[in-house]
Amino acid sequence: MLEVASIQKGIVLDHITSGNGLKIFNKLMLDKVDYPVVLLMNVSSKEMQRKDIIKIENRIDIDLEFLGLIDRFITVNIIEDNKVIEKKKVSVPTKVQGIFPCHNPRCITNFDNYIKPTFHLECERQLHYRCEYCEEITTYKI
Amino acid sequence: MSKKLVRHLIEPEDFSLEEINHLIELGKKMYASPGNYADACKGKILATLFYEPSTRTKFSFETAMLRLGGNILGFSDANTSSAAKGESIADTIRVMSAYADIAVMRHPKEGAPKLASKYSDIPIINGGDGGHQHPTQTLTDLLTISMYKESIENQTVAFCGDLKFGRTVHSLIRTLARYKIKKFVLISPEELTLPDSLKKQLMDTYSVELHEIRTIEEVIEEIDVLYMTRIQKERFFNEADYSRLKDSYIITLEKLQHAKDDMIIMHPLPRVNEISYEVDLDKRAVYFEQSKLGVYIRMALITKLLGVQHLC
Repeated sequence: MLEVASIQKGIVLDHITSGNGLKIFNKLMLDKVDYPVVLLMNVSSKEMQRKDIIKIENRIDIDLEFLGLIDRFITVNIIEDNKVIEKKKVSVPTKVQGIFPCHNPRCITNFDNYIKPTFHLECERQLHYRCEYCEEITTYKI
Repeated sequence: MSKKLVRHLIEPEDFSLEEINHLIELGKKMYASPGNYADACKGKILATLFYEPSTRTKFSFETAMLRLGGNILGFSDANTSSAAKGESIADTIRVMSAYADIAVMRHPKEGAPKLASKYSDIPIINGGDGGHQHPTQTLTDLLTISMYKESIENQTVAFCGDLKFGRTVHSLIRTLARYKIKKFVLISPEELTLPDSLKKQLMDTYSVELHEIRTIEEVIEEIDVLYMTRIQKERFFNEADYSRLKDSYIITLEKLQHAKDDMIIMHPLPRVNEISYEVDLDKRAVYFEQSKLGVYIRMALITKLLGVQHLC
């Protein structure tokens, strides 16, 4: 079996649904960072049969709020001194800012660069978000 | 971000029903005796930031401020402001906050006044943003209904015309739902029905029943308040769609034959051809009086947002 060394300090994103790992890797733009990163795909899992894992070394201040939009099964492990100091499940964020554009072509957020599009969760199951500015519903899609 | 705690009117929900009712009563007093309020805002300045053409809203706000003894400044064309140079709304409003005591903004993009309110130290009034909201028209409409009907509640209200892009409809229907009106009649072509997001909000929040139909004749006998709207050319991306839909509904005296004697016909104006000129002389046509009442409710609103306490 493929083995990857544990990390001293950083973040491990575990229980990523198989196939979503690369999408998250790209969304976090981990191909552009200068610290060690590992993406494991199709790892055997008792609970999920197959899963993806991302290990990020030396950084724990990455904005992971949007993870719940992509995959609500992810576990985030924060590692310090080679130990898991915090373990949390992600959830669908109730408020998102600057992650996706408003689908309304007449919304001010599509024209004024000063502000980031901001949304409030309307329907968790369908990922419907209501724009804070124009109030139109945008459905989040990966 | 704004540092001072300032009240704005961006959407009708910014005011409680109690506050709206108070404004309506104050508007009635101002209508009856405008001279009593001639110095209420002496020394205050209203900025009119109109990024889109307007006749009634701009002039009624200016008239309202002048009748209160205040002054006005502003622009009525985005091309004559720094917006033409690419200035953000946040920067514009921060600067205007230093020049004026209160501002009204009209903008073709939806949510623009909300953005302005987040960076303003002075009260911002939404004077209409795209097809989204027009809360001061709603206050005007409520004052009009209360002048002609015993109460705002218990009326059968029908909206007719462009319900998709009609911001006056969006603001008014949300507010009437708060007055516990449980059923609305929506008359529009299929392409211009009320937006799904608004329908969902109305049904989820207020449990209202929306009766969507295609012709006025089906319901004319039941209506207490008929709210007509213009098919708005400026909201269409496509000229062909506008041409196909622009004559969808035209009210004539013949169509009013079966309407209630005390029904009122309202319209936020401007009218194009959706109300035949012959209807103007019918006693049920109240749209020009409605337009006049807009000045008095805006006078009441300005005094409230400026905190002119002795009037309240």
